[in-house]
Amino acid sequence: MNFIELTNMSHVYHDGTENAHTAVDHIDLTIKEGEFLAILGTNGSGKSTLAKHFNAILLPTEGHCRVAGMDTADEAHLWDIRQQVGMVFQNPDNQIIAAVVEDDVAFGPENLGVPPEKIRQRVAESLAAVGMEHYRKFAPHLLSGGQKQRIAIAGALAMHTKCLVLDEPTAMLDPSGRRDVLHTVRQLHEKVGITVVYITHFMEEAAAADRILVMEQGKIVDDGTPAEIFRQVAVMKKRGLDVPLAAEVAWRLRQQGVRLPERILTDEDLVMALCR
Amino acid sequence: MPIELKHVTYTYMPQTPFERVALQDVSLTIEEGSFTAIAGHTGSGKSTLVQHLNGILQPTSGQVLVDGTDLAARGKAALAARRKVGMVFQYPEHQLFEETVALDIAFGPKNLELPEAEIEQRVRQAMEFVHLDYETYKDRSPFQLSGGQMRRAAIAGVIALQPKYLVLDEPTAGLDPRGREDLLQRIVQLHKKEKITIVFVSHNMDDIARTADRVVFMDQGKVLLDEAPAKAFFAEKEIAQAGLAAPQMVTLLTKLREKGLAVDPAAFTMEDGVAHIMKALREAKSC
Ligand SMILES: Nc1ncnc2c1ncn2[C@@H]1O[C@H](COP(=O)(O)OP(=O)(O)OP(=O)(O)O)[C@@H](O)[C@H]1O
Ligand SMILES: Nc1ncnc2c1ncn2[C@@H]1O[C@H](COP(=O)(O)OP(=O)(O)OP(=O)(O)O)[C@@H](O)[C@H]1O
Ligand SMILES: [Mg+2]
Ligand SMILES: [Mg+2]
Repeated sequence: MNFIELTNMSHVYHDGTENAHTAVDHIDLTIKEGEFLAILGTNGSGKSTLAKHFNAILLPTEGHCRVAGMDTADEAHLWDIRQQVGMVFQNPDNQIIAAVVEDDVAFGPENLGVPPEKIRQRVAESLAAVGMEHYRKFAPHLLSGGQKQRIAIAGALAMHTKCLVLDEPTAMLDPSGRRDVLHTVRQLHEKVGITVVYITHFMEEAAAADRILVMEQGKIVDDGTPAEIFRQVAVMKKRGLDVPLAAEVAWRLRQQGVRLPERILTDEDLVMALCR
Repeated sequence: MPIELKHVTYTYMPQTPFERVALQDVSLTIEEGSFTAIAGHTGSGKSTLVQHLNGILQPTSGQVLVDGTDLAARGKAALAARRKVGMVFQYPEHQLFEETVALDIAFGPKNLELPEAEIEQRVRQAMEFVHLDYETYKDRSPFQLSGGQMRRAAIAGVIALQPKYLVLDEPTAGLDPRGREDLLQRIVQLHKKEKITIVFVSHNMDDIARTADRVVFMDQGKVLLDEAPAKAFFAEKEIAQAGLAAPQMVTLLTKLREKGLAVDPAAFTMEDGVAHIMKALREAKSC
């Protein structure tokens, strides 16, 4: 079943003025329920603008965006849509609402009308999932950059939405924090079956998705499995992007005559292939 | 002359329920002409540390000296010392405030009371440095940019100051792969050609491997390790304690080695890594 459907959708900032700027340019896209989709693209290619349509923070200036069959432009559906799609913004400062961490994480579920005892449980679970349980009583605006990012992720997790949209959720995290977040998201995807839209500049993270979109100047220029996308090493580099390290090493080894299987995305794939 | 931190302790919100000791007795000397990376897990005190380097934060106890001048002193000398240190914040939104990108970048040079022509020249150069096209972006609002574009604008604002010491807090976070590589290369050039001293915070050991001559691991407000990168990358215990990871190539080669391929894991670039694997394959044929 299609969960998100975009038809001929555009977003022009300051539409109709001399500062008009087309950030998303006539996109057709369907995202299936339960899919894990990563979005790649250079700075300014339109990733965040696109993602903000998925829970009706932005509305199309042309075309349509449907979420679970509901047109996001129809105000009557706003509540329903936000109940189904949680969002982690690129800058956590834009997301922090309350003066205490646990209230901040509770804010989403409270708005959804979740009963108080359930909320407490969800807050505890979500904070534990991002390793921030000790900061429950802390003031979120007084946290370090990476700690704020973790709180923002916990807030989205606590909503238990069917779909999670994460905009560069690991940009400020240390490697162990990045691993934890990706692991948590994958678990939710695999065990609970939630739909994930994951924007990132880390190619190894995108390799964990089922499908990758590549954006350029507001358009989708490529759409495929990680294996399909990352096979094109030269193309990806020409786009200003990259491929996972193991994929590039494999590509270079093949060029020097080493026989290797087609699909090598992770270190483990390469180790398996070389050390049979 | 260097930047010296002498027994610096910093406590946020002392005597409140939020009291937090973010730095504990940190002593470091940043030599002129050096290229230092600061790494460590979330909340370890990296941003707190670098904000001491130009006096945005003043130590609760201890001293910070820039070229011999105590930043805590009052008067002209301390102000001049602070101005030698340019600082790019972790979140670029925290330092952008003007109406247009060009005005924002010009703000620092204007404060230095430079002539108009020189200011424009510096704005152009700084935007070119971070790959923001002057004509396209000069009149845009800095708050209506994408995340990566905002970071570039914030970095340009500090580059335009042409500081003697350049401090950057996670400068490549949110940049696309080419943008990240370009920025690092340009910072390296600045360091080499203009002899600018660089201090940067990063979680990315690959970036550190390619640029820095020294890396400091922070852990719970203390210095855990202070080493040349080539050595630090093999300090497994400290890397794990600091929540870091060895550079990706080292990690890959180490895994191959563990599975029996006799490969030398000390490679930080793609070329070296591939060469090491080819050599091992030729010598061993199989694992
Ligand atoms: N509020 C705004 N008003 C006008 N233009 C904007 C606004 N926000 C973004 N833009 C422009 O729209 C384009 C797409 O921006 P968007 O934030 O979607 O990019 P992105 O792919 O998320 O980039 P990044 O990787 O840097 O986060 C950019 O050229 C940007 O300058
Ligand atoms: N304004 C503040 N008030 C109170 N505590 C603070 C404040 N800013 C930071 N802290 C705390 O001080 C400690 C160090 O924070 P700092 O921002 O220096 O960490 P960091 O190493 O830069 O982390 P990150 O990688 O997440 O950016 C953290 O535990 C943080 O919660
Ligand atoms: Mg973005
Ligand atoms: Mg920080």
